[in-house]
Amino acid sequence: MALEKITKVAGRGVTVAGDDIDTDRIIPARFMKCVTFDGLGRYFFYDVRFDENEQPRRHNLNDARFAGASILISGRNFGCGSSREHAPQAIAKAGFRAVIAEGFAEIFFGNSTTLGLPCVILSAQDVRKLSSLVEREPQTQITIDLEKQLVTAGDLSLPLTIKPAAREALTTGQWDPIGKLLEGREDVERTAASLAYLQF
Amino acid sequence: MMVVCDNRTMGKSLFQKVWERHTVRQLPGGQVQLFIGAHLIHEVTSPQAFGMLRDLGLGVPHPERTFATVDHIVPTDTRLRPYEDSLAEGMIVALEDACREFGIRYFGPETGHQGIVHVIGPELGITQPGMTIACGDSHTSTHGAFGAIAFGIGTTQVRDVLATQTLALAPLKVRRIHVTGKLGPGVYAKDIILHVIRVLGVNGGTGFAYEYAGPTIEALSMEERMTICNMSIEGGARVGYVNPDEKTYEFLKGREYSPKGEAWDRALAYWKEIASDPDATFDDVVEIDAADIAPTVTWGINPGQAIAVNERVPSESEAADATERASIHEALEYMKLEGGAPIKGTKVDVCFIGSCTNGRLSDFREVASFLKGKKVAPGVRALAVPGSQEVARAAIAEGLDKVFEEAGFEWREAGCSMCLAMNPDKLIGAQLCASSSNRNFKGRQGSPTGRTILMSPVMVAAAAVEGVVADARETFGIRAESN
Repeated sequence: MALEKITKVAGRGVTVAGDDIDTDRIIPARFMKCVTFDGLGRYFFYDVRFDENEQPRRHNLNDARFAGASILISGRNFGCGSSREHAPQAIAKAGFRAVIAEGFAEIFFGNSTTLGLPCVILSAQDVRKLSSLVEREPQTQITIDLEKQLVTAGDLSLPLTIKPAAREALTTGQWDPIGKLLEGREDVERTAASLAYLQF
Repeated sequence: MMVVCDNRTMGKSLFQKVWERHTVRQLPGGQVQLFIGAHLIHEVTSPQAFGMLRDLGLGVPHPERTFATVDHIVPTDTRLRPYEDSLAEGMIVALEDACREFGIRYFGPETGHQGIVHVIGPELGITQPGMTIACGDSHTSTHGAFGAIAFGIGTTQVRDVLATQTLALAPLKVRRIHVTGKLGPGVYAKDIILHVIRVLGVNGGTGFAYEYAGPTIEALSMEERMTICNMSIEGGARVGYVNPDEKTYEFLKGREYSPKGEAWDRALAYWKEIASDPDATFDDVVEIDAADIAPTVTWGINPGQAIAVNERVPSESEAADATERASIHEALEYMKLEGGAPIKGTKVDVCFIGSCTNGRLSDFREVASFLKGKKVAPGVRALAVPGSQEVARAAIAEGLDKVFEEAGFEWREAGCSMCLAMNPDKLIGAQLCASSSNRNFKGRQGSPTGRTILMSPVMVAAAAVEGVVADARETFGIRAESN
């Protein structure tokens, strides 16, 4: 399937500080009662943005200085917990085009890549540098270059890491694997026939 | 002496063997196209996948390898349709329609086989050793208890499995978690896995499959092994498994979808073959001494923030660095706990026994053996939610429901219930719940300010009886059988 080749993502950033931000935090389960992903952007980090009386909390995600940001910055083990694809869907539908963090939980990472939402890793120190730059100068343009494997912002030039398969898939426009998987039909039947187990 | 290492004869782990046999072909970037032996679906993460199939004009070539049920949003007080919550009703209808359209087996409440997807898979004999199993749910790792390679996937991947019976995935490294020694009285499988996560961290397993092994693991029942594999993902490991053995085969014999006759013999030979070789090499090995494990409870907002029930809640002053200090601060503030104070004696409002972690027959049996003649403390709401209709039937046949009800528990219908509170079973406000489930994330149990303390089912029962976090060994007088 021919998809956009995602080699660079550029935009302004916003930091959601903290480690182990789980997918319940990104999209609380009570907003998952839907049969399409279309309306999820509204509920992105809902309980982080609003208190129990639906009043906006003091948080970067509500701060006008960061309005329009399209790159999310966070800590270690981002997206841990539930496998809900609703989480990267909510991030994308809220207008974000990439996530930079110190690390990602595996299922979240895979789900995001499949949606064409690059998740790139910076060292803890570099995340701090980038965050404080964005904090000082919210207008700073951040560029994630997947080919050069660099995050650049202002004077910063920070080496990023990303799993080779994800990088390949994004930069060649093959991040949705369905095309490749459909090509292998005959091989699939051969593998299935070779397995000793089960005929349901 | 020189040791010659021949790759062809070097031992392999179960993970490697199953991975190789299910590899259809190599894909660019180090991924493979992996054949999926069994696919489980439920109402929350799968209806959207059928929409994607329709949009792309794709069919389901192997509908016989997908099994559906409803668990996340079903009410546990009534089974009357339509459900009061029209959104929940809509999701179930969407799943039912899709199963009909694509010819997929569906275990709805009317079949008597409905339940949490990770409880019914093993119950029906769908879950088998040496199989690859995928499901749009991170606790799919549960099925690893049978020596399957089982993992959670997203909705787009559910689409991939439906359309091709395969997934694009990169292989994992394998860490063997070798547990030796005897568990103390009142210490359960839940405590083992909470301890493992505490030791290795909530992201320690990223990139790994966990192989749980050693005499302590071998001594566990299949249901206990499921509890351990279930929470692998809470340690960051997408896959967790135990090598199959006689207990595994015994469990599977005669179940509805287990192989029969000659097929059983063929399957058995395969199951024996795929267990990790005695000389298998692992990317990492961790030794755990069961004697170090106490009844364990969480105090924070992720499952790694756990302590023995007799320990004190960590305080910010103990933090090794600023990051840890911030994380302790955030957790204490949310949990309304005081650093340095004992966790024992913390007042609880709700007690929940259920979920894919601890909602099986043996869990209810064990709790009932202690609950007889005891009462839930005044002001505490206590729920017992069987993991499946089959669990409920078996428990009722033994009279366990009566034991729970006489003690003051509500005995409910099968479902995920208050583990993630997508149905009407929710915490209210900042209520604190002693829970046998798997996640203590902020807002997890349905209230944005609700608080969760994870523990074993017997510890939940002790909290219910005392009205506070308690040491079940004291509450129920659990002592060593010998010496």
